[in-house]
Amino acid sequence: MSKHTLSVLVEDQPGVLARVAALFSRRGFNIESLAVGPTEIEGVSRMTIAVNADTLPLEQVTKQLNKLINILKIVELEPSTSVQRELLLVKVKVDKESRSSVLETVQLFRAKVVDVSSDALVIEVTGNSDKLEAFLRSVEPYGIKELVQSGMVAMGRGDKSITERSLRIADRTA
Amino acid sequence: MSNENTSAITGAESLVRSLEHAGVTDLFGIPGGAILPAYDPLMDSKKLRHILVRHEQGAGHAAQGYALATNRVGVCVATSGPGATNLVTPIADAYMDSVAMVAITGQVPSGAIGTDAFQEADIRGITMPITKHNYLVTNAADIPKAIAEAFHIASTGRPGPVLVDISKDALQAKADFLWPTAIELPGYNPVTKPNSKQVKEAAKLIMESKRPVFYVGGGVIKAQATKELFQLAELTGIPVVTTLMARGAFPDSHPQHLGMPGMHGTVAAVGALQKSDLLITLAARFDDRVTGRRDSFAPFASVIHADIDPAEIGKNREADVPIVGDVRETIIELIAALKSEMKTGKRIDQEGWWSELNIMRSTYPLGYDLPTDGSVSPQRVIERLGKITGPETIYTAGVGQHQMWAAQFINYENPGTWLNSGGLGTMGFAVPAAMGAKVGAPNKTVWAVDGDGCFQMTNQELATCAINDIPIKVALINNQSLGMVRQWQTLFYNSRYSNTDLQTHRIPDFVKLADAYGCHGLRCESPDQIDAIIEKAMSLNDAPVVVDFMVYKDAMVWPMVAAGASNDDIKYARDLAPDWERGDAE
Repeated sequence: MSKHTLSVLVEDQPGVLARVAALFSRRGFNIESLAVGPTEIEGVSRMTIAVNADTLPLEQVTKQLNKLINILKIVELEPSTSVQRELLLVKVKVDKESRSSVLETVQLFRAKVVDVSSDALVIEVTGNSDKLEAFLRSVEPYGIKELVQSGMVAMGRGDKSITERSLRIADRTA
Repeated sequence: MSNENTSAITGAESLVRSLEHAGVTDLFGIPGGAILPAYDPLMDSKKLRHILVRHEQGAGHAAQGYALATNRVGVCVATSGPGATNLVTPIADAYMDSVAMVAITGQVPSGAIGTDAFQEADIRGITMPITKHNYLVTNAADIPKAIAEAFHIASTGRPGPVLVDISKDALQAKADFLWPTAIELPGYNPVTKPNSKQVKEAAKLIMESKRPVFYVGGGVIKAQATKELFQLAELTGIPVVTTLMARGAFPDSHPQHLGMPGMHGTVAAVGALQKSDLLITLAARFDDRVTGRRDSFAPFASVIHADIDPAEIGKNREADVPIVGDVRETIIELIAALKSEMKTGKRIDQEGWWSELNIMRSTYPLGYDLPTDGSVSPQRVIERLGKITGPETIYTAGVGQHQMWAAQFINYENPGTWLNSGGLGTMGFAVPAAMGAKVGAPNKTVWAVDGDGCFQMTNQELATCAINDIPIKVALINNQSLGMVRQWQTLFYNSRYSNTDLQTHRIPDFVKLADAYGCHGLRCESPDQIDAIIEKAMSLNDAPVVVDFMVYKDAMVWPMVAAGASNDDIKYARDLAPDWERGDAE
């Protein structure tokens, strides 16, 4: 099993997230992370789905996804040719002694402190999952009070856009 | 959009008008609270005949039978909550067997959705995995578009069921009626035109093959490609097998037809697949009931796989030459490609292949032993029914032994004459499906071949048939038990018959039941009555007929590939495996 990242363009219709999520579970896949948001085109949303699967079953689930009427396009993004980002908010315990070393770690990872209180800091980090994991390992000894993480979003490198191409496909076959 | 009436009408009127625009003439359903507004204007429609059924499951299977018999979209209607959930089985059945069907359900008013209101069920959520697509409409103005799209999606590409759930307030609110002039679904573009390079590659493989087989699935009937299949078969001389869903796609009387493959297929059909070097798969899906244990299915064969659904290709068996497209267009192009290959004088060399197949066919023909106790043989009843009523008749079946015997011992010559529940295996399919088929094809004789177990699941629709002048005929193969389950108990559970004895020799009395429903009830208890009773049933056309054939209860369906076993281990009869290697008579 290997990790795959799917970028899925969908019509912004009620129930479309349920359709996609249900299809993965019905075909026996666990979604590792999922992020949904708008695109530059009105009425079109984009999902980034990270899933652990073998290539052949993944191809089958992609074909099944393609059959959903509200799905416009599916592209698999390769790690080498795409940018992948996640966002992490973490509340780290601090005291007089530890505060400065936590802040040093924040600087080292180019993270940001977004809230300060007397005995805790809320820190925001973005990056790929390796970076977020490394950051968490670094602050763990100080004590993590709370943690929340977004799903991964990803985009292909270079000048091409998957939305442009998909609309052309829709035009041609319509 | 065409706006034919500028004054606003209710959503209910708009629904009725939309159905008329979609070309609907018949629909099956039951009213209830949430769908009630729609039933009021329905009463005034001159174009729509609504048939009031006795159970929503009956409406759903009737819509399926109607669709399969007419190649049109079948329509069923139910109210919210239990009405809608009673449609779940037929919807799932239509999804598995790719039947074009539109289900319309009422929903509680939009303000009450999510409050656990009376008769509320999230039928859109419930049917998501068993519909091709579904809608929840909460705005009167959206009804025509949803209905137009539903019919388009249900009937194009790989057909399937579409559900439109409409909230009661949307049915009651007023809006302008706008029937869409074009369907705009950017995410739905089924590929119908096959890739000609792939078709040429397929033709090349066919010409080079030594042991080819046409593995024909139900999609050939759905695509109305049976004439083209006939031409293709005659052009090539290649043997044909037709799956349970494809019975009737190719005439049983044709010498190239080896019969049905699969768990209860003929030895020749199963053997042909196992020994083939090339499966020319036409709109079939390598179902486990056909392949048996998949890792030993057709081990020597390359695979050409033509299907309209890209997701079927490579799902269960890797394809060497995948062809996505409408199977009718694919066959037409394949004929052309083969003809141009043959122009150069090339022929497909299959002499050795045919002599091998002919030995298999003559050594292991379909057959059955007559009961030694003088009771009625179920196979004999079904065989005689086929002979006496003929190939123009439409046959429906439930699920189990009687279904397999009806697939084996009736000769099908025409597409759309064999309607059954193949994928889902829904007991109770036969009677309502026959009702739907008879409504769609009133001039045809429609026989439901049913079991005593199946019949008791949906026989209430006899009332619908009797009242609405839908004179179907039911051949009840009454072995007083859940026959197929009993057969498995005999074979795999040491003849311990746990909960399969229905005691239907006493309760109910099917002749009295038929009588109570305003149908003719006949009973056959001895082998010498079979023909006379079938003929008598054929002569009664003023009301539905139910014939209770009291049959031998230990009859079994043979041949058989046990569940999970390899096709190579097919049994011709109990403890009798065909000797394929030797190839001569036992």
